[in-house]
Amino acid sequence: MTSTDVVLEVRDLAKFYPVRRGIVLKRHVGEVKAVDGVSLSLRRGKTLGLVGESGSGKSTLAKVLVGIEKPTRGQILVDGEDVSNLGRAERRELRRHIQMVFQDPYTSLNPRMSVGEIVGEAYAIHPDAVPAGGKAKAVRELLDRVGLNPDHIHRYPHQFSGGQRQRIGIARALAVRPKILLCDEPVSALDVSIQGQVINLLEELQDDLGLSYLFIAHDLSIVRHIADEVAVMYLGRLVESGTDAEVYEVPSHPYTRALMSAVPVPDPSLRDQRREIVLEGDMPSPVDPPQGCHFHTRCWLAPLMESRVDPAGSQSRSIPTICRTESPKLGALESPDHLAACHFADDVSAH
Amino acid sequence: MSDPSVSALIAEETQSGVPSRSLWSEAFRTLRRRPDVILATIVAVFFLLVALFPFLFTSKDPQRCDIAESRLPPQWFGGEHPFGTNAYGCDVLAQLVHGTRPSLLLAFIVVGVSVLIGVTLGTVSGYYLGIVDAVVSRIVEVFLVIPLLLAALLLLSLFRNIDLGDGPVSTIAQPAIVLTMFAWMGYTRYVRASVLETKNLDYVTAARVLGASDLRIMVRHVLPNAIGTVTALVPTAIAAVIGTEAVLAFLGIGVRPPAVSWGIMIEEGSQWFTGGSEYLLLFPLGCLMATVLAFVVIGDNLRDALDPKLK
Repeated sequence: MTSTDVVLEVRDLAKFYPVRRGIVLKRHVGEVKAVDGVSLSLRRGKTLGLVGESGSGKSTLAKVLVGIEKPTRGQILVDGEDVSNLGRAERRELRRHIQMVFQDPYTSLNPRMSVGEIVGEAYAIHPDAVPAGGKAKAVRELLDRVGLNPDHIHRYPHQFSGGQRQRIGIARALAVRPKILLCDEPVSALDVSIQGQVINLLEELQDDLGLSYLFIAHDLSIVRHIADEVAVMYLGRLVESGTDAEVYEVPSHPYTRALMSAVPVPDPSLRDQRREIVLEGDMPSPVDPPQGCHFHTRCWLAPLMESRVDPAGSQSRSIPTICRTESPKLGALESPDHLAACHFADDVSAH
Repeated sequence: MSDPSVSALIAEETQSGVPSRSLWSEAFRTLRRRPDVILATIVAVFFLLVALFPFLFTSKDPQRCDIAESRLPPQWFGGEHPFGTNAYGCDVLAQLVHGTRPSLLLAFIVVGVSVLIGVTLGTVSGYYLGIVDAVVSRIVEVFLVIPLLLAALLLLSLFRNIDLGDGPVSTIAQPAIVLTMFAWMGYTRYVRASVLETKNLDYVTAARVLGASDLRIMVRHVLPNAIGTVTALVPTAIAAVIGTEAVLAFLGIGVRPPAVSWGIMIEEGSQWFTGGSEYLLLFPLGCLMATVLAFVVIGDNLRDALDPKLK
């Protein structure tokens, strides 16, 4: 992987939200560690799928990347240039490189603006982004591009269906000709029949415009379909990343294993063969994450490992000391791009 | 949804070529079908016309009074004084007609200025939060706990000797300032609450991702979607100010004679209520109640029609 291949690189990114108590004297009592040291890279023209349950920090990561939130720590490199500590004007420029597609097509479009105004707003904010031929022509081309009738430019959002609204949202994001499109669960609010159409549109646009996608989702089958690489988040940290084949075929973190085992299997005869791993309890609070490995409180593998590491300790169902005290690093497995953060990564697939 | 006309409407709307229908035009369609709203609108428009063009309704000067013609009973539309004369021999109809303008003008100024203040402060404090919001919210609370009548009585009696002149605006300037001081807090709170709700919606985030300035986000995205609740309050607020003006005039501290307003007429008429001249009270009181009721009905229905939760 040469460095020119990478369009977006994130190094040790963290976002903490302060927790304050008191009305007048706001005492600083702690931090919500929404994103805690995430590193990932997105290759040009490729799709990186980001999965994890609610509260794992996916959306906070997205907000930091599009520049709505300032990172507490870490670097964001777009085309090799550090953009995490820019001034106001430069940040505006950066925003032209990374745009966002939202989850809910019903709240992501201003109900009081016509489609033309919504898509054309980008040109009002960035006058230098208006292509030759003028704003009106550019908006019509964009609508055509995402599969909408360009004559509907004067209509309002409520006159469109969910899928059409999502297309309008995509057209708005494309108006400034970004390099990276950050899709925050772009199809999870749509009917299944419409999901396919929107996914196909996104793939078409990627091929035509050379876009790179960071695709956040919790629907693992859609991520598998669209993503070239997959990263799994748990409680603000990456627990596993690799190509989609690696992560889906050989999940090497107990959390990923549990996620994969929950994917519905269409074939009923195969359904009985797989073993579903059900995690117990809820994700711990990001204000006070567990010591050591963040996942050890819910890990299904750790109790199995305890007997092997410490055969003398007869207590069953206890957690190995290393899991409770030492935070595992993302380490390479059989291929250099497949990383997992587990002390017992090699044992995950065996169980 | 089972209503055939509703499903026909939906079908019509989803077809191509139908012009877009906003929340407002939808509201007007609902209001148009309600007889009480139509009646209230007619009453309100009538009094607005009276305020704008008083000479269309009377040819008499309310200030030219003949003490010899004191307290003539109503002669209706055959005589010279259709609604009679008051204790000083002034024509009651002429006073009613010319008294409409100060009452309505005061109401529109007070509501207009306080909406302006409320929308500005509410938007800014809801959008920026932090220290701005803390300061604005505390000021709102301070003004909310001061009783309006007590403060108005105090302020207006303190400055009662200042004469601002005889113009239509200067006669109502003092009550207008005092009433505005105690009318803006409600709008501030309403707007702040809706701004808080609106500013976290995805389309605001989308505008921010595009790099829109704070001003642009507030004016183009937040305000148009947050102001709906406030517009519905306006007619009711107009009614309230008309009523309060009458109270202040009745207490002798609002609009002051020789200017005429409904409040002054009610105050003067109340002294003769038992002496066989009850019409001196009933005519201005009737006008006041009709106007207030009309605006209240419009306001109530407008609020219901604009509330998407009631659809």
